[in-house]
Amino acid sequence: MTRQMTGAKMVVQALRDQGVDVVFGYPGGAVLPIYDEIFQQNDIKHVLVRHEQGAVHAAEGYARSTGKVGVALVTSGPGATNAVTGLTDALMDSIPIVVLSGQVPTFMIGNDAFQEADTVGITRPCTKHNWLVKETENLSATLHEAFHVASTGRPGPVLVDLPKDVQFASASYTPKREVTVSHYQPQIKGDMEEITELVAAIEKAKRPVFYTGGGVINSGKAACQLLRELVDATGFPITSTLMGLGAYPASGENWLGMLGMHGLYEANMAMHDCDLMINIGARFDDRITGLVSAFSPKSIKAHIDIDPSSINKVIKADIPIVGDVGHVLEDILKVWKARGRKTDKASVAKWQAQVSDWRKVDCLAFKQDGKVIKPQYALERLEALTKDMDRYVCTEVGQHQMWAAQFLGFEDPNRWMTSGGLGTMGYGIPASIGAQMAHPDSLVINVAGEASWLMNMQEMGTAMQFRLPVKQFILNNERLGMVRQWQELLHGERYSHSWSESLPDFVKLAEAFGCKGIRCDNPDDLDEAIKEMLAYDGPVIFDCLVEKHENCFPMIPSGAAHNKMLMGEASTKGAIKAGGAVMV
Amino acid sequence: MSALQIKKGSNKHSAYNLRPNFSDVSEKHTLAVLVDNEAGVLARVIGLFSGRGYNIDSLTVAEVDHAGHRSRITIVTTGTPQVIEQIKAQLGRIVPVHEVHDLTVEGASVERELALLKVEGEGDKRVEALRLADIFRANVVDSTLTSFVFEITGTPGKIDAFADLMRPLGLTEVARTGVAALSRGL
Ligand SMILES: Cc1ncc(C[n+]2csc(CCOP(=O)(O)OP(=O)(O)O)c2C)c(N)n1
Ligand SMILES: [Mg+2]
Repeated sequence: MTRQMTGAKMVVQALRDQGVDVVFGYPGGAVLPIYDEIFQQNDIKHVLVRHEQGAVHAAEGYARSTGKVGVALVTSGPGATNAVTGLTDALMDSIPIVVLSGQVPTFMIGNDAFQEADTVGITRPCTKHNWLVKETENLSATLHEAFHVASTGRPGPVLVDLPKDVQFASASYTPKREVTVSHYQPQIKGDMEEITELVAAIEKAKRPVFYTGGGVINSGKAACQLLRELVDATGFPITSTLMGLGAYPASGENWLGMLGMHGLYEANMAMHDCDLMINIGARFDDRITGLVSAFSPKSIKAHIDIDPSSINKVIKADIPIVGDVGHVLEDILKVWKARGRKTDKASVAKWQAQVSDWRKVDCLAFKQDGKVIKPQYALERLEALTKDMDRYVCTEVGQHQMWAAQFLGFEDPNRWMTSGGLGTMGYGIPASIGAQMAHPDSLVINVAGEASWLMNMQEMGTAMQFRLPVKQFILNNERLGMVRQWQELLHGERYSHSWSESLPDFVKLAEAFGCKGIRCDNPDDLDEAIKEMLAYDGPVIFDCLVEKHENCFPMIPSGAAHNKMLMGEASTKGAIKAGGAVMV
Repeated sequence: MSALQIKKGSNKHSAYNLRPNFSDVSEKHTLAVLVDNEAGVLARVIGLFSGRGYNIDSLTVAEVDHAGHRSRITIVTTGTPQVIEQIKAQLGRIVPVHEVHDLTVEGASVERELALLKVEGEGDKRVEALRLADIFRANVVDSTLTSFVFEITGTPGKIDAFADLMRPLGLTEVARTGVAALSRGL
């Protein structure tokens, strides 16, 4: 059955058909017909953000915390250009979102009309795909295709640009189930020969390690379950990228902690010394590999990824498997079990003992003495007081982000929202709003740095308006801490513009927004203050004044090998050569 | 061979890496890319090359299936084997791309290019130009008392050779289509 309706109505109908329950958006001239339709219905909730970047990050937070597609709606011109950072962020981290942008009417395109921008041109390199809809007849099919592309294969952001006359005109609506199947159908099942080869390698490996990434989480909860089964059955140690935290539980016996530039000593050492590396849904990012030529020199590398372009891009895969993580893991388990569940137990036990020795180094050790709160201590206490709660954590970008990854434990997927690939300061507040919208009764915390937090702080207005009790936990070092750390280690302690001057009084700011402000500057008061934050039924801005000059360790300087980690202040003197400063 | 009995870099089953080991030597490859002929598709392909720093030596595009709105883009590119593998995988990721063929490794292929060359001159030079055009099977498609426009088809190398010969004879302008290529046989 097809029905005649306006383009604007189709937008709302298509969202309904796709099971969308919330849209993050901001109105303007070019999307008024859609806003008019939104006004006249109750199925889809619209969250009015304060800046379009916030809308896109909120959609990301929603998507990451649910596994569903997030949706944002913005107007033409500045609305669309404000969405670019969020789109790029979602592209880098493979987050499924659909952004709908208004456009000037088709007959005005190309005339430099008011609020005209070449939105599909601008967003072509920062979307998985985008469309300019020129006829209302094509609108509903295009919207369904957009959801399909965003969520199929390696997920990512898409944008549909909607000229205003297309929204006003009428045509017949095509429901989701009647849309012709898209040719875009990436390979899901892995090659059985490669899978068997990997199983044979698993059986013989003496020093194996699982290296997992965001792809496991994108593949879904079932994939995470299969991963847990495989890891626990083999007893192989497992590490994960920033994006993959929670796929395997932090309390799990084989958990090594995060790897990479600020990863744990035991994780990076295991990566460097292993003889079999099983990469599942990670992409050998430069934050992981460090110096590529010195990366894990002794290992056979298996790489499971749904995106063929990830394979052999940075590191050559000896056993490449293109497919969906969940399907591939299922087949690996099937074959491995059928062949008798073999591993080289004696060697693996020896390897586990080696890992335990590395763990004893206690690379995250810090000393909380004196009256100044160490950021690590703040997170340690936050973890202790919230880990048993139904908790979602977002972060901004900087040292606090890395400490959060090191000191907070994630037992489940979709509980950790952070900007990994793009490293977008300003991600955290809107992401926390998106996550809280999806999980109204859960605890949502944004672990923030004061500088990042200011980048999208206008979104506290959104949190207030929609009664989203997000907890903004700001580790305030009055510094662009991560920049300061690099300047200390790489630029001769010349601290060029890396401190936060003229900071607002965060408690007064909270009052100005109408939410609760808490300041804590004494380690002895910290627990009480955190409890006060948790007990408050509404948004909280928590200004945690921390040590200003703390550095984040361990650290693999850019362009160094995994086993050349800097472990603490003492090891940093002269450790970074001039060549390292060239890298980002 | 490692203890695991797997030769590093073997990849024997992978469709994504047909050769055993990547070298650092640059190679020229001709790619045929079948795409939906929709707005912006060429911009996507070109944007991929410029955004990721790949080379385009030549690029041609035209709709080849009018009913199915399918275009064929022929790209000649240069890169190390690893870069070529990446280019193909990245092209394959573009949503309106249906097929990517590397004609250089998928068996024998034919490549042709068409060029128009304007040669100005009088007397002996003019006669010599005509004589050489005959040898190269180039056609005269326009002439005045002091100029010719030649049309020539062939491999890019043949066209280069013809242009080199025409230069001292008064070559003033060249227009080339870029390479079109098809695999040989069935
Ligand atoms: C939008 C954006 N601009 C600049 C940067 C570069 N950058 C990375 S971390 C950082 C400092 C962040 O400071 P803060 O939020 O206070 O966190 P801290 O490192 O102090 O914990 C900067 C400027 C970035 N990642 N994102
Ligand atoms: Mg800071």
